[in-house]
Amino acid sequence: MSKKILFVFAFLMIGSLVLAACGPAAPKAEEVLVCQITDTGGIDDKSFNATAWKGIQDAMDDLGIEGKYLESQEVADYEKNLNAFIEEGCDLVITVGFLIGDATAASAEANPDRKFSIIDFAYDPPISNVVGQIFQTDEAGFLAGYAAAAVTKTGKVGTFGGLPIPTVTIFMKGFVEGVDYYNAAKGTNVVVLGYDLEDETKGLFSMDFDDQQKGRELAVSLMDEGADVIMPVAGPVGLGAAAAIQERGNAYLIGVDSDWFLTAPEYGAITLTSVMKMMDATTVQVIESVIDDTFAGGNVVGTLENGGVDIAPFHDLDHLITAEVKAELEQIKADIISGAIKLK
Amino acid sequence: MKREPNKFEEAGQAILQEINEPDQEQEQHKRSVWSVVSIPLLAILTGLIIGAILIAATSSSVYAAFGESPWRGIGAIFSEVYQAYKALFTGSIGDPVRIINALRSGEGSAIRAAFNPFLESLVQATPYIFAGLAVAFGFRSGLFNIGVEGQLFIGAACATFVGYAIKGLPFIIHMPLAFLAGALGGALWGFIPGLLKALTGGHEVINTIMMNYIAFRLTEWLLSGVMTRPDSGGMPISPLIEKSAQIPQFFKSPIRFHLGFFIALGVAWLIWWLLFKTKWGLNFRTVGANPRAAKYAGLSVPKSYMLAMAISGALAGLAGAVQVLAVNRSMALGLSSGYGFDSIALALIGNNHPLGVVLTSILFGTLRNGATRMMVVSRIPIDIVDVMQAIILMFVAAPAIIRSLYRLRKSKEGEETVFVSGWGGGQS
Repeated sequence: MSKKILFVFAFLMIGSLVLAACGPAAPKAEEVLVCQITDTGGIDDKSFNATAWKGIQDAMDDLGIEGKYLESQEVADYEKNLNAFIEEGCDLVITVGFLIGDATAASAEANPDRKFSIIDFAYDPPISNVVGQIFQTDEAGFLAGYAAAAVTKTGKVGTFGGLPIPTVTIFMKGFVEGVDYYNAAKGTNVVVLGYDLEDETKGLFSMDFDDQQKGRELAVSLMDEGADVIMPVAGPVGLGAAAAIQERGNAYLIGVDSDWFLTAPEYGAITLTSVMKMMDATTVQVIESVIDDTFAGGNVVGTLENGGVDIAPFHDLDHLITAEVKAELEQIKADIISGAIKLK
Repeated sequence: MKREPNKFEEAGQAILQEINEPDQEQEQHKRSVWSVVSIPLLAILTGLIIGAILIAATSSSVYAAFGESPWRGIGAIFSEVYQAYKALFTGSIGDPVRIINALRSGEGSAIRAAFNPFLESLVQATPYIFAGLAVAFGFRSGLFNIGVEGQLFIGAACATFVGYAIKGLPFIIHMPLAFLAGALGGALWGFIPGLLKALTGGHEVINTIMMNYIAFRLTEWLLSGVMTRPDSGGMPISPLIEKSAQIPQFFKSPIRFHLGFFIALGVAWLIWWLLFKTKWGLNFRTVGANPRAAKYAGLSVPKSYMLAMAISGALAGLAGAVQVLAVNRSMALGLSSGYGFDSIALALIGNNHPLGVVLTSILFGTLRNGATRMMVVSRIPIDIVDVMQAIILMFVAAPAIIRSLYRLRKSKEGEETVFVSGWGGGQS
């Protein structure tokens, strides 16, 4: 419940900002310094680091704030980079990923007058000067799974992840549940390769977020097994899968994090849809709350309801999705929001 | 098999002792200091110059200024490079103005904060020292240990496990125990390729590289299984290490300067003493310089390889242990920025001498630490420092370039000898 209230706040914040923009421009915005610390994936990981930075860049363009980032090369850099940004006088420090959780909490407690936000992690109990941004990506994954099941001709769809960690498997879990829901509704028997709902650790994982070659190999083996829709949940590793799918030409791709039709246009012709996790949008919201001084610690959950997660349009492959399926997807979306469909 | 050394072997020992390097070094000490130090120093200078060119070439403000007028462009180059290197300096050594002001004010906290950049550089240097010693020890013993990275991971995992799983021990026992567990894990990981080389002649370069992959995957598996933090939902992070096992930091946060740096210096001295002041060290170096002659002198070459790999591995394990026990306080994915591989370069720049390793480690630590500030102030990516390190290494590894650049005379038998024997010591 409190999460919903937070989001109502967020929307009020945006509203007030729009109003403020009509009047005299917010004077503080130019002085606000927002600083991002990446995890070891680096700033151009085509995944959460890059998406959070896009949020900051959007805020730089639209709101006129100043933004900086530091890349971490190893765990020991997290604390060092936090210290460097505290020293630099950043108004908001954004850290990315569960693994920076300890260092962010320590820094937040040592510097109670500073503001922090961490992506993909929520503190329990929440820390008063940290906003944790987490995402119910299984809700969007559910829709993607349903669409994939409707498109498959072989009766097999596939997925693989980077590592068996919750922020990755939640995509796969939602995807499988969406396929199961389709099977139950239509009496089909579409099989998902690469993930097992019963045992989270028994899935297909590249154990890597960098090596595109691994993505290629996994996609090839999934296609050899007969999968004709594949969702790679492994950051840039997925681009290797995309290349392999494009070469074969008889399968489709589902992107993750951002709309790959736009961010990886070279694979636009095979991209069915993408499971989008709008970290940039939530980051902008947190920045806005710093600018108009409504920043409050706690956790923000991105859901289908508040637009924090969603699936991308079908773009060039729109013809594959019948009007009937589109209507069903709308209904499912409404049912997930209303709670009529409960995800595990 | 134990047997009395015969006369031939004694003679062989004596000859080897004659031709061995350190005795020479002592005689020509004064003359050779410059010849040893000049190449790295000039390489560093060249690295900084080329780094400056890269900074100017990748800066958009320089291009913008050139668009206005060439003079402006040149001015922009100088101001851009000055800004960057000033940030590199103040970020890694300290801001002189701030230090003087702090000293004048006499406030303890201000003084500590002013000196923190330098202390942080030493923190960054500490794992380099251990890893560099590991590589240098291997080279001196005729082994090219590329497995330092893997040994570091295993060492860190062992130290972490002892650090969090054992509870209730007093600091005086727990911390050394966890630290030594790191050494033991690394030693085991180094010993395996040493054993393979001794028994089967399998080359350590290949085997240590393969052992790296096993170590990476093994620690990933451990971190997402046996060693995972209970409330993390399967994230690859270990529980926090017990307070009693942590290597203490001297000051309050944000100053991370810790006891591990002094332990590293002590270990460096110990390795120097072992290599150059003991019979064991002589044996290691003899095998390293020429395994056939060593065999002729009655030394057991396989035994030397196994032992040397274990010691090298132990040093690498300590690099991992010191990071988790003193800085990270838990083990997680992304433990190392490549210390095991950087340290190969580092050992070569340091001429495979413990003192050289310590000095080069401090240089590397300083560069990396300064790079953070450089990035905050000038937005120059940390990669530029990697490039600078690579350039420095290239010039050290190919001293002919530096000699011809700066018109130095060729030293008679200089820095290459150890390096070459490190490669060539493959067969016994």
